[in-house]
Amino acid sequence: MQQFQPGTAQRRLWRFHGGVHLPDEKVLSNTTPVTPAPLPRLLTIPLQQHIGVPAKPIVRVGDRVLTGQKIGEPQGYVSAPVHASSSGTVVAIEKRPVPHPSGLSGPCIVVETDGLDEWAELPEPLANYAELDAATLRERVRWAGIVGMGGAAFPTAVKLNPSADQVIRTLVINGVECEPYITCDDLLMRTQAERVVAGIRIIRHLLGVEECLIGIEDNKPEALAAMRRALAASDMQGSTAVVAIPTLYPSGGEKQLIKVLTGREVPTHGIPAQIGILCQNVGTTAAVADAVLAGKPLISRYVTLTGRGFARPKNLEVRIGTSAADLIAHVGGLGRDIRKLVLGGPMMGFTLHSREVPITKAANCLLALTPGESPDPGPALPCIRCGNCAAACPASLLPQQLYWYARAKELNKLQDYNLFDCIECGCCAHVCPSHIPLVQYYRFAKTESWAREQDKRKAEHARARHEAREARLERQERERQAKLRQKKESLDQAPAAKAKTGDAPTDGGEDPRKAAIEAAKQRAAAKKAAMAEQGVAPRNTQDLTPAQQKQVEAAEARRRAAAEPPAENQREES
Amino acid sequence: MDILTAVAAIAVLAAVFGLLLGYTAIRFRVEGDPVADQIDGLLPQTQCGQCGYPGCRPYAEALAKGEAEINQCVPGGEATVLALADLLGKDPVALDEAAVKPKAVAVIDDKECIGCTLCLQACPVDAILGAAKQLHGIIASECTGCELCLPPCPVECIHMLPIPQELTNWRWPYPAAASVEPVRAAA
Repeated sequence: MQQFQPGTAQRRLWRFHGGVHLPDEKVLSNTTPVTPAPLPRLLTIPLQQHIGVPAKPIVRVGDRVLTGQKIGEPQGYVSAPVHASSSGTVVAIEKRPVPHPSGLSGPCIVVETDGLDEWAELPEPLANYAELDAATLRERVRWAGIVGMGGAAFPTAVKLNPSADQVIRTLVINGVECEPYITCDDLLMRTQAERVVAGIRIIRHLLGVEECLIGIEDNKPEALAAMRRALAASDMQGSTAVVAIPTLYPSGGEKQLIKVLTGREVPTHGIPAQIGILCQNVGTTAAVADAVLAGKPLISRYVTLTGRGFARPKNLEVRIGTSAADLIAHVGGLGRDIRKLVLGGPMMGFTLHSREVPITKAANCLLALTPGESPDPGPALPCIRCGNCAAACPASLLPQQLYWYARAKELNKLQDYNLFDCIECGCCAHVCPSHIPLVQYYRFAKTESWAREQDKRKAEHARARHEAREARLERQERERQAKLRQKKESLDQAPAAKAKTGDAPTDGGEDPRKAAIEAAKQRAAAKKAAMAEQGVAPRNTQDLTPAQQKQVEAAEARRRAAAEPPAENQREES
Repeated sequence: MDILTAVAAIAVLAAVFGLLLGYTAIRFRVEGDPVADQIDGLLPQTQCGQCGYPGCRPYAEALAKGEAEINQCVPGGEATVLALADLLGKDPVALDEAAVKPKAVAVIDDKECIGCTLCLQACPVDAILGAAKQLHGIIASECTGCELCLPPCPVECIHMLPIPQELTNWRWPYPAAASVEPVRAAA
């Protein structure tokens, strides 16, 4: 337990397990003001910049688009739209490299900008949001394509819609920015504190929360002061507090920040909403303010360009879709001695395979590290079971056990050790004296587990289809057999039945078919005889029309003609 | 006298337990083979027959009877061998065939298909659509990649297309192979 009294806030704070103190390196980039990055010639806007289903393009190649125009429609509930970050022409809708640890490509809309930056028609600002219901505001947030800007990129409209049984009492605003080097949230709070506070006010109204806590690490005194000033100028002082928290990595993790501010723990596999807490990043709240108060979608964000590889590290306001290469060129390029270019922070970021990848909604930092800042850890040595990793783990896991099981690919055991509570913060690998790439093992095990799960579902599906097919084949065979049997039976029975109904007696030893034919012949003969006896002609020659009569006569004549010659011959002979 | 009492007691106990066992055997009778069911649950259900049995279920039954080895399922790969070893309490053994192929789906070349319906009859999961003298098509999402449709095709118009690596199915590589080993080798 740790008490902390910076300036005015006299609040009890808690401490999460583990964590590490890192050199924060913030001063590299937070001393220069934020400037807008120039409009690039090409904007590459990925259709998936969020967790969930990718957006569907609603423009075609050759279309002219305006700044803020929606160009990708969300598909499904957990999804977000994308907007054109500037006006221009759509030149391609195709797969381009996207910021992803794999270096693979994803579907993108490429806009060639025209430099005019002409805005599309925007929806009405909702200045009277206090009188509007939550659904209207959520719809606006969804329209604006806002996603969690702290890095997770979960669609904010979905997060702001907790299920009915989850009553949100506390709103936690995350201005911690605990990773070294990154300063974009710091600069945002310093320069745009009013926007952040306005966004907080909207979210508070939307959720109807009683209490709001804004957590900021104490290594950002200017941001703390700016946020306190902005809060004092608003009408929320009573129930909202700006709380300075001790600098300790990773206190910016959602679960860790909740623990520090409220002392409560999010259940394993759970989300904060289950304990009545909702957490939002300061960048996200600023975007919510823009969407509601100005009707503007999320088309730009603050990005930190830092690391000693940059000649002039600084923060830029970047249009979504600007390539990393454009930004690097704008700040004067990279030094010669770069070990790696990282997207995100040094602890949780990933190495970029290409500089052509675009900045997305969740991209907070471009980090160019020199060998001096990020020395090659050297070969991984065997684990000496020192236990430092377990002491450092902020999720109270057992990293060493996880390591053994991940190495042995025993995925079921990993679940027993709560692998999925790992936030991949990198504390364990940071303190590991053997330089074992622990987080890589956990990431491998996580994606492998998901893939197994998917394979299993697929196998279940295939089994169901296979069984359905077997059942169908069996049924068809049964039906075929039944039909054959029926046909055979009907053939066998038909003559017998006829024979039974006939009036002529059948001989026991005779073939029933022959008997039936015989019986039919006899019946016909008997009928003819009876008619001849009575002198009745067949009735089918009565009431004929003249034409029919003529035909009958003609037929009779032919018959006679056919019968006569032999008759004449007979006469001559006789 | 004592010995008679003991014999009688044992006899009575034996009779009681015998009846009890007999009753439970009837009352709680289990239809089918639960072990085979469990094994079947671990198999990938491609129904490909590469194990030498005509489908996953027969292989599962053979495994349950102890007639088959646990390393005969090629599509399941190492993961299935490990899972089976775990379930059956056996030592994991290396896969039967060294060449484990990457996952693939079958694709019909629409220029060559003559519409003979032979592949339709071969597909164990009804993933091929078509009718006589009509072009056939494969439902990629249902195809298990078992390759059973390849031999019957008289014009060899079915090809196996490896599933491409996408953002959605990308997995983090195993670190030992990716980073640790090469460094060690160099050192």
